Amino acid sequence: MAENSFTLTRRLMLTGLGAGVLSSALPFSALGEPEDADKAIRDLFGDGEIREGKVTVKLPPIAENGNSVAITVSVDSPMSEADHVRRIGLFSPRNPIPELAVFELGPRAGKAEVSTRIRMAGTQRIRAVAEMSDGSLWMGSASTVVTLAACVIG
Amino acid sequence: MTIRISAPDTASKGDIIELKAMIQHPMETGYRSGSRGENIPRDIITRFECRYNGETVFAADFHPGIAANPFLTFYTKATESGTLAFEWTDQDGESWSESHEITVE
Amino acid sequence: MRSLGAAALLLLAACSGSRGEGPAPERTTLPDEVKQTGTAFLQPETRALQEDDFANPGMLWVDRGRSLFRETIGQSKSCAACHGEDGSELDAAASHYPQVDEESGELVNLEGRINLCRTRHQGLEPLDYESDPLLALTTYVAHLSEGAPMSVDVSGAAAPYYEQGQDYFFTKRGQFNLACSQCHNEHWGEKLRGDTISQGHGNSFPAYRLEWQTLGSLHRRLSDCDAGVRAEPYPLGSDIYTAVELYLAKRAEGLPVETPGIRR
Repeated sequence: MAENSFTLTRRLMLTGLGAGVLSSALPFSALGEPEDADKAIRDLFGDGEIREGKVTVKLPPIAENGNSVAITVSVDSPMSEADHVRRIGLFSPRNPIPELAVFELGPRAGKAEVSTRIRMAGTQRIRAVAEMSDGSLWMGSASTVVTLAACVIG
Repeated sequence: MTIRISAPDTASKGDIIELKAMIQHPMETGYRSGSRGENIPRDIITRFECRYNGETVFAADFHPGIAANPFLTFYTKATESGTLAFEWTDQDGESWSESHEITVE
Repeated sequence: MRSLGAAALLLLAACSGSRGEGPAPERTTLPDEVKQTGTAFLQPETRALQEDDFANPGMLWVDRGRSLFRETIGQSKSCAACHGEDGSELDAAASHYPQVDEESGELVNLEGRINLCRTRHQGLEPLDYESDPLLALTTYVAHLSEGAPMSVDVSGAAAPYYEQGQDYFFTKRGQFNLACSQCHNEHWGEKLRGDTISQGHGNSFPAYRLEWQTLGSLHRRLSDCDAGVRAEPYPLGSDIYTAVELYLAKRAEGLPVETPGIRR
């Protein structure tokens, strides 16, 4: 017999091997809504017009675990003193906290491209908003299907 | 905290160089429970900065949606020889840093 | 159809109730021509991450392990004092573990050998199993063997441990009443929810598991497997898991050491 105590919790029963289609270990009330992401974008960048374009988000089509998904965001910009990207925000419409990260760039970046790894609480479309040196706002997005591994015990 | 930096040792003036930085950190969201149901408190790095001879050339604010062991790839223009300093700061103000010398010709 | 088979297997297993019911599973084997590292069952992005020597998060533990390996604590010798600054004297040591320790006659895995070095030769306390420094040292030493084919000795003093590990592999356990062999010999390659069932090799461990969001030992993975079939897991570092580790290492014979692997 094993010596350590192991409690079979209800959640463990629900999320574990072969238990079905429950897609997240988070309580449902903790999950975010797309409106939360809209608000977070406005809180950070103000009320200016956000245009689609210039911003490219790269995500894998399928992520085999939402705990770490590689993301690359790039912005079409000469990155000169006169015309560059000031900030890029990444937002999730489904995570408990919509802001994922905010990157501060400038003309010294030379190239407006950043990669990181994010958490995704389920399948969703991640948005990236770029603020340019002239104050204009541009947005791009990409989606990933997050599958859940079979053998999770958390 | 273990830190990994990838940066060139030498570059030509004006080159756009790729920088990669990773630090060992759980980025605990505050939303998880331990094996006995207890809440695991939030513990995250909130800020990253890269300074090139003292001047900030790239920075990031992190939220709990950034994966454990935060990883970044970004770019900067090689302007002069000197030091690239990478610094991470957590929610309590504790910080970790690493630097890399670069020769620009 | 194959995926339906795997799902049905689980459903049936889930309905059958208590531990060890029904006939013992057939002692199937994994022929060499189909033997595949777990890396082959990952999605391309995850595989690329494992193969990226910088971005693989497991490399954080390799780095820490390297500095611990060279560290001198008080009067103690560093690991490097005996094994070379870059561990060059260790060759492909990790590919030959677990093995029987001649002095005690007991089976030890790499973690166990590192702790024996500490207590016998370095005058240091053993490190806790699954502690970050022990994981780091183990990962560093295993990484030195990267690419070396798994090759363990299961003869002589090791034979009883091998038998014990093998028995474990073919014993149904837990509320799901499943043996390791039923997933990893009989149904590998089939779908189980979002996963493809792997062959259950340990050649990439310690590995960074996305589910854990950190690096962990093979024993931690075995413990998760036990929990997955609703069996009570054994403690990490327990003799039984080390015996299973030996059986798995022999079963994975010829597969390259890939530590630190990335796993789901």
